Formats: sequence, structure tokens, C-alpha cells
Amino acid sequence: MSDFDPGRWKPAPFLPETDARDGSLIFVVATLCFLACLTALTVLATDRAARGWSDQLTGQATVIVRAKGSETPDSAAARAAEALSGLPGVGEVRALEKEKAEALIAPWLGDTADLDDLPVPRLVAVDLDPKAPATPQSLDKALKAQGLDAVVDDHSIWLKDIQRAAGIARWIGVGVFVLIAAAAGAVVAFATRAGLTARHEVVEVLHLAGAEDTFIARLFQMRFARMAALAGLFGAGGAAIMGAILRLMGGGQGLTPVLPIVWTDLLAVLPCPVAAGLVAAVAARLTAQSLIAKMT
Amino acid sequence: MSRQPHDEQALDADDAILAFDDVSMRYGRGPETLKDLTFSLEPGSFHFLTGASGAGKSSLLKLIYLAAKPSKGLMHLFGQDVSTVPPKQQPMLRRRIGVVFQEFRLLDHMSAFDNVALPLRIAGRKPDSYRQDVAELLAWVGLRSRMHAMPATLAGGEKQRLAIARAVVNRPDILLADEPTGNVDHEMGLRILRLFVELNRLGTTVLIATHDQDLVARSGKPVLHLEDGRLTQLGPIGGAS
Repeated sequence: MSDFDPGRWKPAPFLPETDARDGSLIFVVATLCFLACLTALTVLATDRAARGWSDQLTGQATVIVRAKGSETPDSAAARAAEALSGLPGVGEVRALEKEKAEALIAPWLGDTADLDDLPVPRLVAVDLDPKAPATPQSLDKALKAQGLDAVVDDHSIWLKDIQRAAGIARWIGVGVFVLIAAAAGAVVAFATRAGLTARHEVVEVLHLAGAEDTFIARLFQMRFARMAALAGLFGAGGAAIMGAILRLMGGGQGLTPVLPIVWTDLLAVLPCPVAAGLVAAVAARLTAQSLIAKMT
Repeated sequence: MSRQPHDEQALDADDAILAFDDVSMRYGRGPETLKDLTFSLEPGSFHFLTGASGAGKSSLLKLIYLAAKPSKGLMHLFGQDVSTVPPKQQPMLRRRIGVVFQEFRLLDHMSAFDNVALPLRIAGRKPDSYRQDVAELLAWVGLRSRMHAMPATLAGGEKQRLAIARAVVNRPDILLADEPTGNVDHEMGLRILRLFVELNRLGTTVLIATHDQDLVARSGKPVLHLEDGRLTQLGPIGGAS
């Protein structure tokens, strides 16, 4: 006699719980999620770096001052600084020491050159009001009014290049991210197709027993969504660990000042499991419905 | 009895549980597998469907359990023209049909009890409302001691009786069986036939496709005989049950 008690019976899942292929599918989707999260972290860091450089350049201007007649370079630089101080849109103004100007041209002249014999121009660093910065024209006008031989460099040439490079990097990152997400969706769709084909008989039995197509499709949808969410969790966790290592390796400024990762960037990986689950759910649903329709 | 609809005594499609009127069927663009079939089955009747391999027996059953569509003609099931039944309502029709296959088609990841309970779960019934029914049905087919067993551990005859239990648990109006005794010995074949006869006595219409002429002869039940996709014989072929 059987010791089976129908009163204590719990229904078994409609689909087999494990499949030999599940492990490899989780690995592939987890890898894709890991790459997608790393791409997202890279995009964030690149964007931050570009904004940092851009802010530095837009918040400053440099004035190159050449002494005229018998005036000393130090005196010309001091007069330029005085002329610019207090102008609307101008913050702090500093005439840089002779040594700083010489240090800037030293790479071109070498250590042997006697810079005392050369008319090395002086530099004046101007901090601009970030909200309403003074224009190069207004600075130039103020300098000319004092009869100074000076050139204003507002870094606009560099700024455009940096902004363009940052924009390109950002769009490349977004493109790679979209490609990886699409690849993850395609992998899940193929896996669903394979899963349905392998379980053709299960689908047929459910169908014959009166299950609606949407009911069967929902079973596969839930199964693959759960699997992809788990894979997304692994991938996001791996990417977060990698991001944390990069952050720690570079000390206070991240891996390098070029790719500054901050701790809050790691939050960007949080939506990955949900996103992976949703992509898988949609891909599985569409694939399952189309295959069931062809099957019957 | 099976009747030709063009006979004077032919059943009206609304009265018959199943009525074919000049039905043909083909797979894709291939040749016709079933040709110009016209017959009907009364509610509560018992028929055998015979014919050589490839004669179209399985295709005819597929048409009836709505796994295929006629390429020509009219097919009425439970008084409804199936060509007018929307896809969303087809599962409700399928729940009124029980199907038993030669290769059983049991779900290997489910116990015998789970396999039998499957159609009831799909129909949305609460477990408490059918636990006892499933247990009694398994006892009726002689599997009282095998309720928890997985299909892989069952013998051929046990699997077939389990498949029959699953097919009838929902109290279908018509029971179809495709070579149900093909994978069991003669003794078990007779035992399974007795189950079908009992079900038929309870009011279920039964249609069994088989090669087993001995089984057909012993039952004395009417026969639909297919030859190259055409119905060539309607009526009993003799013998006593």
C-alpha cells in the first residue's frame, strides 16, 4: 500500500524546475549583464571627467601680458590684474610668478637656455563667475583701456574639442549598452525557443488538457524572467565589485583622474536584475506565443 | 451508431456529439491525408477507428481534438461549427475532450497524482475540491498504491492506465484513444478495453483508433475503417464482447 496522503499533496510546478542548459544560459546572460553594467559605469565616469574638464576650462581665462617700453613684465602683469579685478563676471585674478611662466615654456627651450635674456610674457589667471562669466571681449576691452599689450585666452578651442570628445564617448557608451541589452534579449529569445522545442511534449500536453496559449506562454515567461533576473543579479554584483576595486585602486580620485568613479556610481547597476528580467520576460513571451501558435 | 448525414436517419449536426460533412485535411501543401469524410457520432456511442498505418487514423483524431484544421468541409463538435469557434474559446472545447496516446505523453517531472490532477488545475479548480476525486480515480484504474510514483518508474500498463485516468478526470464528453493498447500486452489490452467500456457506460462517447483487430472483434463495437484517407466501412465487424 502507498503511504501517499492526498490531503497533504502539494501541486508540482507545471514546467520542470531544472534543465541542464539553465546553467550555461545564466552564465551567458550574467556575462552580458556584467558587460552592460561596466559600460554604464564607464559612461558615467567618462561623463564626469568631461564635465570636470569643461567646468575647469569654462570657469577660467588666461591673459598673456607682454611688457611695453621700459615697463617691467612684473609691473605689466600687476596692472593687468588690477584692470580685470572687479569687472562684472570676474572673480579672483592672480598674476602668476615669473617662474610659472618660465616653467610653461621650459619644455620647448630646454634647461640650458638663459630665460633672463628672453622677453618671456607674464601670465594672469582669471577666475570667472560660473553663473554669468565675463566675455573675452569685455576682458580685452578692459586691458586695452589700460594700454596693455595682452592676449585673452578663454580656452574655447580646447573646450569644444573636449565637449565633442565627451559627447562621442557618451554616445559610444550608450550604443554599446543598447547592443549588449539587445544581445541579452536575443540570447533569452533563443533559449526560450530551445526550451520550448525541448519541452514540445509538455506544451502539447498542457494544450490538450485545455490550457490557453497565454497560460502556457506565461509559464515560460515567468521561468525565463526569473532566470534572467538571477543572472542580472550576478552580473550587476560582479560589475559593482569591479567598480569598487577600480575606485579603491585609484585612491581618492578613482583609478585615474581620467576615469573618476565615485561610490554613488555603483548604484547604477541596481536596475540591472529588473531590466534583465523584463527583457527576458518580453522576449520569452513573444517567442513562446509565436511558437505555440505554430505548434497547434 | 455512426451514420452518414445524407441518410434519412442521419443525425442533425446539432444533435451529434461529432459530425463531419465532406471533410478533407492536408498538412501544409502536401497531398490530402483525409478525403471527403462524412459521418457523425451519437452522444454516448462507442466506436473503433481502424485502418493500416498511414491510413489517416491519427490525423482524424487530431482534427477532433483540435490540433489540426480541416482543409475542406464542415466539422461540428458538440453542436458547434469548429471553424467559427474563436481561438480563445478553443481551450474550453478541448476541456470537453479526453485524449489517450500510445506513447502515454505523461509529464515525467510530475508524480502520478500530479499528472491526473493536471487538467483540473488548468481548469482553475482548487486542490481541496478534487484531491479525493483524483485519489479515487487512481484507485479505479488500479494505481492506488502508485499515486506518488514518477512515470519513469511505472510499467507500460500502469502508464497507460495513468494516461486514461488523466484523460477522463475532467469528465470529458468524448474520449479519444490513439493505439491505447499498442505498448501493452494482450492481457493488459483487455483490461484497458474494460476501462473504456465502463467509461462509455457512464455516458462518455468513446472513439479508439487501433490496429488490434482481435480487440475490435472481442468488443463487438461499431467500426469506422479508413483506407488511404477515405472512410470505407461504417458499422460493426462482428464478434461478441
